[in-house]
Amino acid sequence: MKILVCLSNVPDTTSKITFTDNNTKFNTAGVQFIINPYDELALTKALEITEKQGGSVTTITVGLAETEPSIRKGLAIGATDAVRVNAEATDAYFVAEQIAAYAKGEGFDLILTGREGIDYNSGQVAGILGEMLGLPSVNVITSIEIENDVATMERDIDGGREKVSCKLPLVASAQKELTEPRIPNMRGIMAARSKPLKVVEATGSEKNSATVAFDLPPAKSGVKLIAPEDAASLIGILHNDIKII
Amino acid sequence: MNVLIFAEQIDGHFKKSTFEAITYGNDIAKTTAGQTIAAVLGKVDNAHLSELANYGADKIIHVNNDKLNAFVPEAYAKVVAEIASKENASVMVISNTYTGKSIAGRVAAKLKAGIASGVISAPDTALGFKVRRGVFSGKAFADVNITSSIKVLAITPNTFDIKQDAKAANITEMTADVSDSDFVTNIIELNRVTGKIPLTEAEVVVSGGRGLKGPENWHLIEDLATALGAATACSKPVSDMHWRPHSEHVGQTGITIKPNLYIAVGISGAIQHLAGVSSSKVIVAINKDPEAPFFKAADYGIVGDAFEVMPKIIEAAKALHH
Repeated sequence: MKILVCLSNVPDTTSKITFTDNNTKFNTAGVQFIINPYDELALTKALEITEKQGGSVTTITVGLAETEPSIRKGLAIGATDAVRVNAEATDAYFVAEQIAAYAKGEGFDLILTGREGIDYNSGQVAGILGEMLGLPSVNVITSIEIENDVATMERDIDGGREKVSCKLPLVASAQKELTEPRIPNMRGIMAARSKPLKVVEATGSEKNSATVAFDLPPAKSGVKLIAPEDAASLIGILHNDIKII
Repeated sequence: MNVLIFAEQIDGHFKKSTFEAITYGNDIAKTTAGQTIAAVLGKVDNAHLSELANYGADKIIHVNNDKLNAFVPEAYAKVVAEIASKENASVMVISNTYTGKSIAGRVAAKLKAGIASGVISAPDTALGFKVRRGVFSGKAFADVNITSSIKVLAITPNTFDIKQDAKAANITEMTADVSDSDFVTNIIELNRVTGKIPLTEAEVVVSGGRGLKGPENWHLIEDLATALGAATACSKPVSDMHWRPHSEHVGQTGITIKPNLYIAVGISGAIQHLAGVSSSKVIVAINKDPEAPFFKAADYGIVGDAFEVMPKIIEAAKALHH
Protein backbone atom coordinates (compact mmCIF):
# COMPACT_ATOMS: atom_id res chain seq x y z
CA MET A 1 0.00 0.00 0.00
CA LYS A 2 1.51 3.29 -1.14
CA ILE A 3 -0.12 6.28 0.52
CA LEU A 4 0.32 10.01 -0.06
CA VAL A 5 -0.79 12.40 2.69
CA CYS A 6 -1.16 16.12 2.01
CA LEU A 7 0.13 18.16 4.95
CA SER A 8 -0.52 21.83 5.35
CA ASN A 9 1.30 24.16 7.74
CA VAL A 10 -1.20 26.37 9.59
CA PRO A 11 -1.34 28.75 12.56
CA ASP A 12 -2.12 27.08 15.87
CA THR A 13 -5.82 27.16 16.77
CA THR A 14 -5.15 29.55 19.69
CA SER A 15 -3.60 32.17 17.36
CA LYS A 16 -4.93 35.66 17.33
CA ILE A 17 -5.29 36.57 13.67
CA THR A 18 -3.94 39.96 12.52
CA PHE A 19 -2.70 41.36 9.24
CA THR A 20 0.09 43.64 8.03
CA ASP A 21 0.96 45.61 4.89
CA ASN A 22 -2.31 47.47 4.80
CA ASN A 23 -4.29 44.28 5.52
CA THR A 24 -2.86 42.36 2.59
CA LYS A 25 -0.63 39.91 4.47
CA PHE A 26 -1.20 37.56 7.38
CA ASN A 27 0.91 38.65 10.33
CA THR A 28 3.01 35.64 11.31
CA ALA A 29 4.82 37.47 14.13
CA GLY A 30 4.53 35.47 17.33
CA VAL A 31 2.35 32.84 15.67
CA GLN A 32 3.04 29.17 16.34
CA PHE A 33 2.61 26.94 13.29
CA ILE A 34 1.37 23.37 13.40
CA ILE A 35 0.34 20.56 11.05
CA ASN A 36 -3.25 21.26 10.04
CA PRO A 37 -5.28 19.20 12.58
CA TYR A 38 -7.32 17.38 9.91
CA ASP A 39 -4.14 16.55 7.96
CA GLU A 40 -2.68 15.12 11.15
CA LEU A 41 -5.66 12.75 11.36
CA ALA A 42 -5.10 11.78 7.72
CA LEU A 43 -1.45 11.02 8.48
CA THR A 44 -2.27 8.95 11.56
CA LYS A 45 -4.85 6.95 9.64
CA ALA A 46 -2.37 6.34 6.83
CA LEU A 47 0.12 4.98 9.38
CA GLU A 48 -2.52 2.73 10.93
CA ILE A 49 -3.24 1.29 7.48
CA THR A 50 0.39 0.67 6.53
CA GLU A 51 1.23 -0.77 9.97
CA LYS A 52 -1.45 -3.37 9.35
CA GLN A 53 -0.93 -4.03 5.67
CA GLY A 54 2.61 -2.89 4.99
CA GLY A 55 3.59 -0.10 2.63
CA SER A 56 4.83 3.46 2.80
CA VAL A 57 3.47 6.87 3.71
CA THR A 58 4.80 9.90 1.86
CA THR A 59 3.77 13.39 2.90
CA ILE A 60 3.55 16.33 0.52
CA THR A 61 3.42 19.99 1.48
CA VAL A 62 3.12 23.02 -0.75
CA GLY A 63 5.04 25.69 1.11
CA LEU A 64 8.25 27.63 1.54
CA ALA A 65 11.20 26.54 3.70
CA GLU A 66 9.51 27.83 6.86
CA THR A 67 7.04 24.92 6.67
CA GLU A 68 9.81 22.35 7.28
CA PRO A 69 9.37 22.05 11.07
CA SER A 70 5.80 20.82 10.45
CA ILE A 71 7.05 18.46 7.72
CA ARG A 72 9.70 17.08 10.12
CA LYS A 73 7.00 16.60 12.71
CA GLY A 74 5.09 14.50 10.17
CA LEU A 75 8.19 12.37 9.72
CA ALA A 76 8.57 12.11 13.51
CA ILE A 77 4.98 10.90 13.80
CA GLY A 78 5.94 8.13 11.39
CA ALA A 79 5.84 9.12 7.70
CA THR A 80 8.39 7.28 5.54
CA ASP A 81 9.51 10.30 3.54
CA ALA A 82 8.38 13.80 2.63
CA VAL A 83 8.12 16.10 -0.36
CA ARG A 84 7.96 19.87 -0.25
CA VAL A 85 6.85 21.83 -3.29
CA ASN A 86 8.73 25.08 -2.97
CA ALA A 87 5.95 27.62 -3.42
CA GLU A 88 3.55 29.56 -1.29
CA ALA A 89 0.18 27.82 -0.88
CA THR A 90 -2.09 30.56 -2.15
CA ASP A 91 -5.27 28.85 -3.27
CA ALA A 92 -6.77 25.37 -3.41
CA TYR A 93 -6.57 25.11 -7.19
CA PHE A 94 -2.87 25.92 -7.23
CA VAL A 95 -2.09 23.56 -4.34
CA ALA A 96 -4.03 20.70 -5.92
CA GLU A 97 -2.27 21.31 -9.23
CA GLN A 98 1.14 21.01 -7.55
CA ILE A 99 0.19 17.82 -5.72
CA ALA A 100 -1.30 16.34 -8.90
CA ALA A 101 1.90 17.11 -10.82
CA TYR A 102 3.92 15.21 -8.22
CA ALA A 103 1.49 12.31 -7.73
CA LYS A 104 1.01 11.60 -11.43
CA GLY A 105 2.88 8.43 -12.31
CA GLU A 106 3.94 7.75 -8.70
CA GLY A 107 1.33 5.02 -8.38
CA PHE A 108 -0.20 5.95 -5.04
CA ASP A 109 -3.02 3.62 -3.97
CA LEU A 110 -4.53 6.17 -1.64
CA ILE A 111 -4.20 9.94 -1.30
CA LEU A 112 -5.45 11.48 1.92
CA THR A 113 -6.00 15.16 2.69
CA GLY A 114 -7.60 16.92 5.63
CA ARG A 115 -11.21 18.05 5.38
CA GLU A 116 -9.97 21.63 5.04
CA GLY A 117 -7.12 23.81 6.21
CA ILE A 118 -8.01 25.73 9.36
CA ASP A 119 -6.37 28.78 7.75
CA TYR A 120 -7.99 29.21 4.34
CA ASN A 121 -10.88 26.76 4.88
CA SER A 122 -11.45 26.00 1.23
CA GLY A 123 -11.94 22.25 1.58
CA GLN A 124 -11.44 21.88 -2.16
CA VAL A 125 -8.04 20.25 -2.60
CA ALA A 126 -9.38 16.67 -2.51
CA GLY A 127 -11.98 17.27 -5.22
CA ILE A 128 -9.74 19.27 -7.55
CA LEU A 129 -6.92 16.77 -7.06
CA GLY A 130 -9.24 13.84 -7.74
CA GLU A 131 -10.45 15.43 -10.95
CA MET A 132 -6.94 16.28 -12.12
CA LEU A 133 -5.74 12.73 -11.52
CA GLY A 134 -8.93 11.13 -12.83
CA LEU A 135 -9.58 9.53 -9.44
CA PRO A 136 -12.69 9.39 -7.27
CA SER A 137 -12.73 11.80 -4.31
CA VAL A 138 -14.58 10.94 -1.13
CA ASN A 139 -14.97 13.91 1.20
CA VAL A 140 -15.18 14.08 5.00
CA ILE A 141 -14.59 10.42 5.81
CA THR A 142 -14.98 9.31 9.43
CA SER A 143 -13.75 5.74 8.87
CA ILE A 144 -11.93 3.72 6.24
CA GLU A 145 -11.33 -0.03 5.93
CA ILE A 146 -9.32 -1.43 3.05
CA GLU A 147 -9.69 -4.97 1.82
CA ASN A 148 -7.86 -6.07 -1.31
CA ASP A 149 -8.32 -3.09 -3.61
CA VAL A 150 -11.59 -1.79 -2.23
CA ALA A 151 -12.00 0.89 0.43
CA THR A 152 -15.16 1.01 2.53
CA MET A 153 -15.67 4.39 4.11
CA GLU A 154 -18.21 6.28 6.16
CA ARG A 155 -18.64 9.91 5.33
CA ASP A 156 -20.64 12.87 6.59
CA ILE A 157 -23.46 14.06 4.38
CA ASP A 158 -25.88 16.92 4.97
CA GLY A 159 -27.98 15.88 7.93
CA GLY A 160 -26.52 12.40 8.24
CA ARG A 161 -23.93 9.85 7.30
CA GLU A 162 -23.44 7.33 4.53
CA LYS A 163 -21.32 4.28 3.96
CA VAL A 164 -19.70 4.00 0.56
CA SER A 165 -17.30 1.63 -1.12
CA CYS A 166 -14.88 2.54 -3.84
CA LYS A 167 -12.09 0.85 -5.73
CA LEU A 168 -8.54 2.08 -5.13
CA PRO A 169 -6.80 4.28 -6.12
CA LEU A 170 -8.77 7.16 -4.71
CA VAL A 171 -8.54 10.51 -2.92
CA ALA A 172 -10.29 10.98 0.44
CA SER A 173 -10.45 13.84 2.94
CA ALA A 174 -10.29 13.27 6.69
CA GLN A 175 -13.09 14.39 8.99
CA LYS A 176 -12.75 14.70 12.74
CA GLU A 177 -13.72 11.22 13.90
CA LEU A 178 -11.37 9.36 11.53
CA THR A 179 -8.87 8.64 14.31
CA GLU A 180 -7.01 10.26 17.21
CA PRO A 181 -3.82 12.21 16.45
CA ARG A 182 -0.52 10.65 17.49
CA ILE A 183 2.15 12.40 19.51
CA PRO A 184 5.66 11.73 18.18
CA ASN A 185 7.95 9.87 20.59
CA MET A 186 11.66 10.49 21.11
CA ARG A 187 12.66 7.66 18.76
CA GLY A 188 10.44 9.11 16.05
CA ILE A 189 11.89 12.59 16.53
CA MET A 190 15.45 11.24 16.26
CA ALA A 191 14.59 9.14 13.20
CA ALA A 192 12.90 12.09 11.50
CA ARG A 193 16.19 13.95 11.23
CA SER A 194 17.60 11.48 8.76
CA LYS A 195 14.44 10.68 6.80
CA PRO A 196 14.36 11.98 3.21
CA LEU A 197 12.74 15.36 2.60
CA LYS A 198 12.77 16.12 -1.09
CA VAL A 199 12.25 19.68 -2.34
CA VAL A 200 10.76 20.15 -5.81
CA GLU A 201 9.96 23.36 -7.66
CA ALA A 202 6.42 24.41 -8.52
CA THR A 203 5.06 23.71 -11.97
CA GLY A 204 1.96 24.50 -13.92
CA SER A 205 -0.16 27.31 -15.11
CA GLU A 206 -0.89 30.77 -13.85
CA LYS A 207 -2.90 31.12 -10.68
CA ASN A 208 -6.58 31.76 -11.31
CA SER A 209 -7.35 33.59 -8.07
CA ALA A 210 -5.58 35.88 -5.63
CA THR A 211 -6.37 37.20 -2.18
CA VAL A 212 -6.20 40.97 -2.45
CA ALA A 213 -7.13 41.97 1.11
CA PHE A 214 -8.06 40.68 4.53
CA ASP A 215 -10.47 42.02 7.09
CA LEU A 216 -11.50 41.24 10.65
CA PRO A 217 -15.08 40.86 11.85
CA PRO A 218 -16.46 43.99 13.50
CA ALA A 219 -16.09 43.98 17.28
CA LYS A 220 -19.25 43.57 19.34
CA SER A 221 -20.43 46.83 20.85
CA GLY A 222 -20.63 45.42 24.36
CA VAL A 223 -22.74 42.89 26.13
CA LYS A 224 -26.08 43.82 27.66
CA LEU A 225 -26.41 41.94 30.92
CA ILE A 226 -29.67 40.51 32.16
CA ALA A 227 -29.95 39.69 35.86
CA PRO A 228 -30.30 35.93 36.45
CA GLU A 229 -33.57 36.41 38.33
CA ASP A 230 -34.97 38.15 35.23
CA ALA A 231 -33.72 35.39 32.90
CA ALA A 232 -37.19 34.88 31.45
CA SER A 233 -37.10 38.43 30.06
CA LEU A 234 -34.47 37.28 27.55
CA ILE A 235 -37.19 35.67 25.46
CA GLY A 236 -39.21 38.91 25.46
CA ILE A 237 -36.18 40.90 24.33
CA LEU A 238 -35.40 38.46 21.51
CA HIS A 239 -39.03 38.28 20.42
CA ASN A 240 -40.36 41.82 20.89
CA ASP A 241 -37.35 44.14 20.85
CA ILE A 242 -35.01 42.68 18.27
CA LYS A 243 -37.57 40.33 16.67
CA ILE A 244 -35.15 37.52 16.08
CA ILE A 245 -37.42 34.72 17.32
CA MET B 1 -23.20 36.85 -17.95
CA ASN B 2 -25.05 33.58 -17.70
CA VAL B 3 -25.14 32.09 -14.24
CA LEU B 4 -25.66 28.40 -13.61
CA ILE B 5 -26.86 27.37 -10.16
CA PHE B 6 -26.52 23.79 -8.98
CA ALA B 7 -29.95 23.37 -7.36
CA GLU B 8 -29.31 20.86 -4.61
CA GLN B 9 -32.21 18.57 -3.74
CA ILE B 10 -32.83 15.84 -1.22
CA ASP B 11 -35.45 13.22 -2.10
CA GLY B 12 -37.14 15.52 -4.60
CA HIS B 13 -37.27 18.57 -2.31
CA PHE B 14 -35.17 21.70 -2.46
CA LYS B 15 -33.53 23.03 0.63
CA LYS B 16 -33.57 26.59 1.91
CA SER B 17 -29.92 26.92 0.86
CA THR B 18 -30.94 26.05 -2.71
CA PHE B 19 -33.31 29.01 -2.86
CA GLU B 20 -30.58 31.20 -1.37
CA ALA B 21 -28.28 30.06 -4.19
CA ILE B 22 -30.95 30.83 -6.83
CA THR B 23 -31.44 34.34 -5.44
CA TYR B 24 -27.68 34.87 -5.27
CA GLY B 25 -27.18 33.72 -8.86
CA ASN B 26 -30.18 35.67 -10.10
CA ASP B 27 -28.75 38.89 -8.64
CA ILE B 28 -25.52 38.36 -10.59
CA ALA B 29 -27.34 37.50 -13.81
CA LYS B 30 -29.60 40.56 -13.51
CA THR B 31 -26.76 43.03 -13.00
CA THR B 32 -24.79 41.56 -15.89
CA ALA B 33 -27.68 41.10 -18.35
CA GLY B 34 -27.39 37.32 -18.33
CA GLN B 35 -29.70 34.40 -17.73
CA THR B 36 -30.37 32.64 -14.44
CA ILE B 37 -30.18 28.93 -15.12
CA ALA B 38 -30.78 26.18 -12.57
CA ALA B 39 -29.48 22.63 -12.96
CA VAL B 40 -31.43 19.91 -11.15
CA LEU B 41 -30.14 16.35 -11.11
CA GLY B 42 -32.24 13.37 -10.09
CA LYS B 43 -35.96 12.89 -9.73
CA VAL B 44 -37.94 16.02 -8.84
CA ASP B 45 -41.57 16.56 -9.89
CA ASN B 46 -42.69 19.58 -11.92
CA ALA B 47 -44.45 21.27 -9.02
CA HIS B 48 -41.20 21.35 -7.08
CA LEU B 49 -39.09 22.23 -10.12
CA SER B 50 -41.22 25.28 -10.84
CA GLU B 51 -40.53 26.61 -7.31
CA LEU B 52 -37.14 27.66 -8.65
CA ALA B 53 -38.84 30.07 -11.06
CA ASN B 54 -40.33 31.93 -8.06
CA TYR B 55 -36.85 33.05 -7.08
CA GLY B 56 -35.72 34.08 -10.52
CA ALA B 57 -34.70 31.01 -12.53
CA ASP B 58 -35.22 31.85 -16.23
CA LYS B 59 -34.51 28.29 -17.19
CA ILE B 60 -34.66 25.06 -15.20
CA ILE B 61 -32.65 22.20 -16.65
CA HIS B 62 -33.75 18.88 -15.25
CA VAL B 63 -31.68 15.74 -15.73
CA ASN B 64 -34.00 12.96 -14.67
CA ASN B 65 -31.78 9.93 -14.91
CA ASP B 66 -32.51 7.15 -12.40
CA LYS B 67 -28.84 6.70 -11.74
CA LEU B 68 -28.61 10.29 -10.53
CA ASN B 69 -31.10 9.70 -7.73
CA ALA B 70 -28.07 8.65 -5.70
CA PHE B 71 -25.57 11.43 -5.15
CA VAL B 72 -22.25 10.33 -6.66
CA PRO B 73 -19.93 13.37 -6.84
CA GLU B 74 -17.96 12.23 -9.91
CA ALA B 75 -21.10 11.73 -12.01
CA TYR B 76 -22.77 14.88 -10.70
CA ALA B 77 -19.69 17.00 -11.42
CA LYS B 78 -19.52 15.65 -14.96
CA VAL B 79 -23.16 16.48 -15.70
CA VAL B 80 -23.03 19.92 -14.06
CA ALA B 81 -19.86 20.90 -15.93
CA GLU B 82 -21.44 19.70 -19.17
CA ILE B 83 -24.51 21.89 -18.59
CA ALA B 84 -22.28 24.87 -17.69
CA SER B 85 -20.45 24.56 -21.01
CA LYS B 86 -23.62 24.04 -23.02
CA GLU B 87 -25.29 27.08 -21.44
CA ASN B 88 -22.23 29.29 -21.74
CA ALA B 89 -22.23 29.95 -18.02
CA SER B 90 -19.54 32.35 -16.80
CA VAL B 91 -20.44 31.90 -13.15
CA MET B 92 -21.35 28.68 -11.40
CA VAL B 93 -23.08 28.95 -8.01
CA ILE B 94 -23.03 26.00 -5.61
CA SER B 95 -24.12 25.88 -1.95
CA ASN B 96 -21.18 25.29 0.37
CA THR B 97 -22.85 22.25 1.97
CA TYR B 98 -21.29 18.78 2.20
CA THR B 99 -22.99 17.92 -1.08
CA GLY B 100 -21.97 21.16 -2.77
CA LYS B 101 -18.39 20.95 -1.51
CA SER B 102 -18.09 17.42 -2.92
CA ILE B 103 -18.64 18.62 -6.47
CA ALA B 104 -17.43 22.25 -6.47
CA GLY B 105 -13.73 21.41 -6.81
CA ARG B 106 -14.32 18.75 -9.43
CA VAL B 107 -16.50 21.11 -11.48
CA ALA B 108 -13.86 23.86 -11.19
CA ALA B 109 -11.12 21.51 -12.37
CA LYS B 110 -13.23 20.35 -15.33
CA LEU B 111 -13.98 23.94 -16.39
CA LYS B 112 -10.45 25.17 -15.54
CA ALA B 113 -12.25 27.71 -13.41
CA GLY B 114 -11.00 29.65 -10.42
CA ILE B 115 -12.92 28.75 -7.30
CA ALA B 116 -13.84 30.55 -4.11
CA SER B 117 -15.62 28.68 -1.34
CA GLY B 118 -17.29 29.89 1.82
CA VAL B 119 -18.35 33.00 -0.11
CA ILE B 120 -20.27 35.58 1.94
CA SER B 121 -20.65 38.50 -0.49
CA ALA B 122 -22.02 39.23 -3.92
CA PRO B 123 -19.23 39.62 -6.48
CA ASP B 124 -17.81 43.09 -6.95
CA THR B 125 -17.39 43.36 -10.71
CA ALA B 126 -16.26 47.00 -10.80
CA LEU B 127 -12.63 45.96 -11.17
CA GLY B 128 -12.38 42.30 -12.01
CA PHE B 129 -14.42 39.77 -10.06
CA LYS B 130 -13.98 40.03 -6.32
CA VAL B 131 -15.79 38.09 -3.60
CA ARG B 132 -15.44 38.01 0.18
CA ARG B 133 -15.01 34.68 1.92
CA GLY B 134 -14.52 33.46 5.46
CA VAL B 135 -10.96 32.45 6.43
CA PHE B 136 -9.13 31.35 9.58
CA SER B 137 -12.23 29.41 10.56
CA GLY B 138 -14.37 32.45 11.16
CA LYS B 139 -11.66 34.65 12.66
CA ALA B 140 -11.25 36.78 9.50
CA PHE B 141 -12.39 37.48 5.95
CA ALA B 142 -10.45 37.49 2.69
CA ASP B 143 -11.30 39.37 -0.50
CA VAL B 144 -10.45 37.13 -3.42
CA ASN B 145 -10.16 38.19 -7.01
CA ILE B 146 -10.90 35.42 -9.50
CA THR B 147 -9.19 35.93 -12.82
CA SER B 148 -10.26 32.91 -14.90
CA SER B 149 -13.01 33.39 -17.48
CA ILE B 150 -15.29 30.95 -15.66
CA LYS B 151 -15.77 31.29 -11.89
CA VAL B 152 -17.06 28.75 -9.40
CA LEU B 153 -18.54 30.16 -6.20
CA ALA B 154 -19.47 27.94 -3.26
CA ILE B 155 -21.65 30.19 -1.12
CA THR B 156 -22.13 29.88 2.63
CA PRO B 157 -25.65 28.81 3.66
CA ASN B 158 -27.62 31.18 5.92
CA THR B 159 -25.84 34.22 4.51
CA PHE B 160 -28.05 35.51 1.71
CA ASP B 161 -31.73 36.35 1.90
CA ILE B 162 -34.18 34.54 -0.31
CA LYS B 163 -35.96 37.01 -2.63
CA GLN B 164 -39.05 36.44 -4.76
CA ASP B 165 -38.59 37.20 -8.44
CA ALA B 166 -41.36 35.20 -10.11
CA LYS B 167 -40.81 34.12 -13.69
CA ALA B 168 -42.68 31.69 -15.91
CA ALA B 169 -41.47 28.19 -15.17
CA ASN B 170 -39.38 27.15 -18.15
CA ILE B 171 -38.42 23.52 -17.57
CA THR B 172 -36.15 21.70 -20.00
CA GLU B 173 -35.70 17.96 -19.63
CA MET B 174 -32.21 16.88 -20.57
CA THR B 175 -30.58 13.49 -20.93
CA ALA B 176 -27.08 13.27 -19.59
CA ASP B 177 -24.16 11.45 -21.04
CA VAL B 178 -23.38 9.30 -18.00
CA SER B 179 -22.36 5.67 -17.96
CA ASP B 180 -21.71 3.11 -15.24
CA SER B 181 -18.06 4.09 -15.19
CA ASP B 182 -19.02 7.53 -13.85
CA PHE B 183 -20.52 5.94 -10.76
CA VAL B 184 -17.27 5.02 -9.09
CA THR B 185 -18.53 5.10 -5.51
CA ASN B 186 -21.26 2.72 -4.35
CA ILE B 187 -23.53 3.85 -1.60
CA ILE B 188 -23.93 0.91 0.75
CA GLU B 189 -25.98 2.61 3.41
CA LEU B 190 -27.46 6.06 3.87
CA ASN B 191 -28.72 7.41 7.17
CA ARG B 192 -30.22 10.83 7.23
CA VAL B 193 -31.85 12.21 10.31
CA THR B 194 -35.16 13.50 9.08
CA GLY B 195 -37.14 16.19 10.82
CA LYS B 196 -33.99 17.64 12.38
CA ILE B 197 -32.66 21.00 11.27
CA PRO B 198 -29.12 20.79 9.87
CA LEU B 199 -26.80 22.92 12.00
CA THR B 200 -25.41 24.93 9.10
CA GLU B 201 -28.89 25.94 7.96
CA ALA B 202 -30.49 26.55 11.33
CA GLU B 203 -31.61 30.12 12.05
CA VAL B 204 -31.43 29.57 15.79
CA VAL B 205 -28.88 27.36 17.55
CA VAL B 206 -28.82 26.44 21.24
CA SER B 207 -25.43 25.15 22.33
CA GLY B 208 -24.11 23.60 25.52
CA GLY B 209 -20.69 23.33 27.12
CA ARG B 210 -18.98 21.70 30.06
CA GLY B 211 -20.96 23.93 32.40
CA LEU B 212 -23.87 21.54 31.96
CA LYS B 213 -21.89 18.94 33.91
CA GLY B 214 -23.00 15.86 31.98
CA PRO B 215 -25.03 14.49 29.06
CA GLU B 216 -27.94 13.73 31.41
CA ASN B 217 -28.58 17.47 31.68
CA TRP B 218 -28.92 18.04 27.94
CA HIS B 219 -32.68 18.32 28.24
CA LEU B 220 -32.00 21.96 29.18
CA ILE B 221 -30.50 22.52 25.74
CA GLU B 222 -32.97 20.32 23.88
CA ASP B 223 -36.08 21.75 25.54
CA LEU B 224 -35.11 25.31 24.67
CA ALA B 225 -34.17 24.25 21.13
CA THR B 226 -37.53 22.54 20.67
CA ALA B 227 -39.42 25.56 21.97
CA LEU B 228 -37.55 27.86 19.58
CA GLY B 229 -37.44 25.50 16.57
CA ALA B 230 -33.66 25.56 16.90
CA ALA B 231 -30.82 23.14 16.21
CA THR B 232 -28.58 21.94 19.02
CA ALA B 233 -24.80 22.25 19.16
CA CYS B 234 -21.98 21.81 21.63
CA SER B 235 -18.41 22.85 22.44
CA LYS B 236 -15.31 20.80 21.66
CA PRO B 237 -14.76 19.37 25.19
CA VAL B 238 -18.35 18.13 25.19
CA SER B 239 -17.91 16.20 21.94
CA ASP B 240 -14.43 15.01 23.00
CA MET B 241 -15.97 13.52 26.16
CA HIS B 242 -18.67 11.93 23.98
CA TRP B 243 -21.49 13.68 25.80
CA ARG B 244 -22.70 14.69 22.35
CA PRO B 245 -21.89 13.51 18.81
CA HIS B 246 -18.97 15.10 16.93
CA SER B 247 -21.42 16.36 14.32
CA GLU B 248 -22.69 18.88 16.89
CA HIS B 249 -19.28 20.36 17.65
CA VAL B 250 -19.09 23.97 16.53
CA GLY B 251 -15.82 25.87 16.56
CA GLN B 252 -12.55 26.13 14.71
CA THR B 253 -12.03 22.39 14.33
CA GLY B 254 -15.71 21.61 14.14
CA ILE B 255 -18.45 23.27 12.15
CA THR B 256 -18.57 27.00 11.46
CA ILE B 257 -22.09 28.34 11.70
CA LYS B 258 -23.80 31.69 11.24
CA PRO B 259 -27.34 31.52 12.56
CA ASN B 260 -29.44 34.58 13.35
CA LEU B 261 -29.30 33.67 17.01
CA TYR B 262 -26.73 31.63 18.93
CA ILE B 263 -27.40 30.83 22.57
CA ALA B 264 -24.34 29.47 24.41
CA VAL B 265 -24.99 27.81 27.74
CA GLY B 266 -22.11 26.93 30.04
CA ILE B 267 -19.48 27.58 27.36
CA SER B 268 -16.56 29.76 28.44
CA GLY B 269 -15.85 31.09 24.93
CA ALA B 270 -12.31 29.99 24.10
CA ILE B 271 -10.91 31.63 20.96
CA GLN B 272 -11.33 28.37 19.01
CA HIS B 273 -15.01 28.17 19.89
CA LEU B 274 -15.68 31.84 19.14
CA ALA B 275 -14.08 31.38 15.70
CA GLY B 276 -16.83 29.01 14.70
CA VAL B 277 -19.77 31.08 15.93
CA SER B 278 -18.73 34.74 15.83
CA SER B 279 -20.56 35.37 12.55
CA SER B 280 -23.89 34.71 14.26
CA LYS B 281 -26.07 37.83 14.08
CA VAL B 282 -27.00 37.83 17.77
CA ILE B 283 -25.13 35.94 20.48
CA VAL B 284 -26.46 35.19 23.97
CA ALA B 285 -24.03 33.85 26.57
CA ILE B 286 -25.16 32.20 29.78
CA ASN B 287 -22.37 31.41 32.20
CA LYS B 288 -21.89 31.55 35.94
CA ASP B 289 -18.36 32.93 35.60
CA PRO B 290 -18.56 36.70 35.06
CA GLU B 291 -15.00 36.56 33.64
CA ALA B 292 -15.94 34.07 30.89
CA PRO B 293 -14.51 35.40 27.59
CA PHE B 294 -17.84 34.72 25.89
CA PHE B 295 -19.30 37.86 27.51
CA LYS B 296 -16.91 39.97 25.41
CA ALA B 297 -18.22 38.37 22.21
CA ALA B 298 -21.90 38.32 23.14
CA ASP B 299 -24.74 40.77 22.60
CA TYR B 300 -26.70 39.61 25.63
CA GLY B 301 -25.39 37.89 28.71
CA ILE B 302 -26.70 36.29 31.85
CA VAL B 303 -24.21 35.72 34.65
CA GLY B 304 -25.89 32.85 36.42
CA ASP B 305 -26.14 29.14 37.03
CA ALA B 306 -27.54 27.34 33.96
CA PHE B 307 -29.54 25.01 36.18
CA GLU B 308 -31.43 27.95 37.71
CA VAL B 309 -31.61 30.19 34.67
CA MET B 310 -32.50 27.74 31.91
CA PRO B 311 -35.84 26.49 33.28
CA LYS B 312 -37.07 30.12 33.41
CA ILE B 313 -35.99 30.75 29.83
CA ILE B 314 -37.48 27.47 28.59
CA GLU B 315 -40.80 28.28 30.25
CA ALA B 316 -40.88 31.74 28.66
CA ALA B 317 -39.98 30.28 25.25
CA LYS B 318 -42.74 27.70 25.49
CA ALA B 319 -45.25 30.41 26.41
CA LEU B 320 -44.27 32.39 23.32
CA HIS B 321 -46.18 30.15 20.95
CA HIS B 322 -49.25 29.60 23.07
